[in-house]
Amino acid sequence: MFSTPLWLLGIAVAQQQPHAFVGARIEPVDAPAIERGTLLVHGGRIVALGAVADVKVPDDAVRIDAAGRTIVPGLVCSHSHIGAVAGADGSGPIQPEVRALDAVDPFDPGIQKAQAGGITTVNVMPGSGHLLSGQTVYLKLRDARTVDELAIRAADGTVAGGIKMANGTNPQKEPPFAGTRGKAAALMRAQLHRARDHQKKLAAAKDDASKAPERALGLEALVEVLEGKRVVHHHTHRADDIQTVLRLQQEFGFRCVLHHVSEGWMVADAIAAAKIPCSVIVIDSPGGKLEAANLSLQTAAVLDRAGVLVGLHTDDGITDSRLFLRSAALAVRAGMARDHALAAVTINNARMLDLQDRVGSLSPGKDADFVVLSGDPLSVYTRVLQTWVEGKKVFDLADAKDRLFANGGYGASDGQAQSMCCFGSQEGQ
Amino acid sequence: MFGSLLVVVVVVACGPQDPVAPVAPVAPVAPSAATKHFAVRAATLVTMAGAPIADGVVVVRDGKIEQVGPAAEVALPPDLPVVVAKVATPGLIDAHATVGLSGVLNVPHDQDQLEKSAPIQPELRAIDAFHAQDPLVVWLRGFGITTVHTGHGPGALVSGQTMVVKTHGRSVEADVVKPLAMLAVTLGDGGRAAGGKAPGTRAKSVAMLREHLQKAREYAAKRQKDPETPVDLGLETTAKVLAREVPLLVTAHRAHDLLAALRVAKEFEVTVVLDGAAEAYLIGPEILAAGCAVLPHPAMARTGGELKNGTMELAKLLHDAKVPFALQSGYEAYVPKTRVVLWEAGVAVGHGLPAEAALRALTIDAAKLLGVDARLGSLEKGKDADVALFDGDPFEYTSHCIGVVIDGVHHAGVR
Repeated sequence: MFSTPLWLLGIAVAQQQPHAFVGARIEPVDAPAIERGTLLVHGGRIVALGAVADVKVPDDAVRIDAAGRTIVPGLVCSHSHIGAVAGADGSGPIQPEVRALDAVDPFDPGIQKAQAGGITTVNVMPGSGHLLSGQTVYLKLRDARTVDELAIRAADGTVAGGIKMANGTNPQKEPPFAGTRGKAAALMRAQLHRARDHQKKLAAAKDDASKAPERALGLEALVEVLEGKRVVHHHTHRADDIQTVLRLQQEFGFRCVLHHVSEGWMVADAIAAAKIPCSVIVIDSPGGKLEAANLSLQTAAVLDRAGVLVGLHTDDGITDSRLFLRSAALAVRAGMARDHALAAVTINNARMLDLQDRVGSLSPGKDADFVVLSGDPLSVYTRVLQTWVEGKKVFDLADAKDRLFANGGYGASDGQAQSMCCFGSQEGQ
Repeated sequence: MFGSLLVVVVVVACGPQDPVAPVAPVAPVAPSAATKHFAVRAATLVTMAGAPIADGVVVVRDGKIEQVGPAAEVALPPDLPVVVAKVATPGLIDAHATVGLSGVLNVPHDQDQLEKSAPIQPELRAIDAFHAQDPLVVWLRGFGITTVHTGHGPGALVSGQTMVVKTHGRSVEADVVKPLAMLAVTLGDGGRAAGGKAPGTRAKSVAMLREHLQKAREYAAKRQKDPETPVDLGLETTAKVLAREVPLLVTAHRAHDLLAALRVAKEFEVTVVLDGAAEAYLIGPEILAAGCAVLPHPAMARTGGELKNGTMELAKLLHDAKVPFALQSGYEAYVPKTRVVLWEAGVAVGHGLPAEAALRALTIDAAKLLGVDARLGSLEKGKDADVALFDGDPFEYTSHCIGVVIDGVHHAGVR
């Protein structure tokens, strides 16, 4: 009962010995590709990488022949709905007190499918049916039984995440929701003014608890937004809706990422001038909803050329996390530079989540999150062979159970078998 | 193989002394839409009638293929416009879609793939609902798809008819290849009626389908005996199914629903094409024994609901089991409003389906399954001049379709 569970020992074992992946083509993303390189990881961090001749592999290291393989950083998805997440309910259009953290199911097979796609860091968000549907949560896709094991923590120990807002048609509903675009903007502005007032009261009270305003969980989250501690992840499609977000951002000065941006190609210069990053979705055809009728495969490339920081996302289940690299490939097909497209599924997304110092590229000191590929990251013929998070292998295509999640098949969408992970002492791995 | 050899022989026998046209030293001139006579020249010409031809040529005249063969052996008039591509294939065939009926905007006014007023409506013709200029029809064309099997979608027990149509985007009259291709049936959860109406269960669905087939059998016999019997448009259509002129296109995913479809096919001796068929891999031998063709769900179809056991390997598994199949974009209720069958095929290839089998499934095998192989599906003399042009491996994510030829008319690709 009081002995260390084997699954914890597993982590310890994985981290005790250095692991060296030798002979792979390595694409660090923030540095030029290494044709025949070694990646050395230890203690959950990247220790070194470089040409095979230049990286000394310690004698006690586990040496893994990676010749013919390609290693890229663990992919970062800046917009996903894995974990069977749900945020705000139908009672109102703006619910900043609601947290995705309290909804994520760590046994949702979507998490294992995302691991199978090489995704190691993800922004899990509530949906777009509200003007503000709640706080998002940034997860590391470790093998986990609880959301706490998945959650990424900031330096001060708080759970890292942003806040989800939306405009356009998705949050348009009967009252108390907004029925028009003008009403939607008015409701959100009023709410942000309330948050600003709350912020002023907090500032005035300083450390005197007796003068502090009454606790208000929603307003507190929005004060974090106003102070730049919590990034606004804003769903928006149409060019005029994008401009509305920019207007709101300018008025209240919050930090913001535009998500989806189907008509972003029409207003790329305005977005670039506002210095607002874009997390773009790649969809196989236009339409399906009025706002996406002018969707272009070239959006990411156009925004990138305009100087916008561009990321891509799965919006899983809209697109499949297992094929996240495909989105980067389609961006290249539509004219985006290859290295920019790889950055768009790694370091650029990390920047949008304030995690660029920990994930998103392969450099010494960063988390040992990486993907072993069978070939060119942008080829349809390439498979994700292994996914590693913090020096621990979380996906292996050679493993029958993992392969089921990777390809699909009978039982691939059923929850992870809990008896295999939580109670037994023998089957801890 | 023999087809293209034959063409070569003919050319050599009938051509001038030097049958080899000089290789164009300047950038070839692309034909305008009005050009009736031109050639397509590809570094790799995939004809589907024999092995691919290195540096092959297709000569197009008046909408038909006039010649096919290696460039070295096909005589081209020196001023003949030439379209150049790295890879050219027969125009791709999407073996099942709903484009043209399920419009791009996805608002009630442009969704004509499903009429919910009654569970059994075989009289609904696809030709009366197809919007040839819908942007999604044109979109598919930009990816090499020159022909689509489209029509009434899943969602009702018998939702209506399907048809085969080219993707010119002109009008249904101008573009249709086969006005009545199949009759669409949905079994399983997808075919249930809402609000307490029938069919509300799987067994009720099959019972109603059997009753309808029985009624159509009696109607056909009555009409044959007495031509004055009043026409029933629905039963008239289903009588064609019983006469095996029109297959039933049965959308179902769970293995037990697929087996129910095979049971009905056997009882009424009708041709069934299984559509979607997410769990077909569980009952390969039964499908093979029944002689059914399968249209596997798109490789990237979302694996929820009845597709929860779906796999990106389905096409590969069908291929391994030697079950005849063709590939489809399917029906989508949201985004993407249509899938691109070329891309679905690519992901299937990435998950083990041999590229050659995927190309067959997108061309000649689809044409055979749809009964249009006399005109479509391969690059052979006398067939429709439908060609898809690529700047690389058609299945690779980063490749482009740089244009298509449909009935000899050249259209641009989508970047």
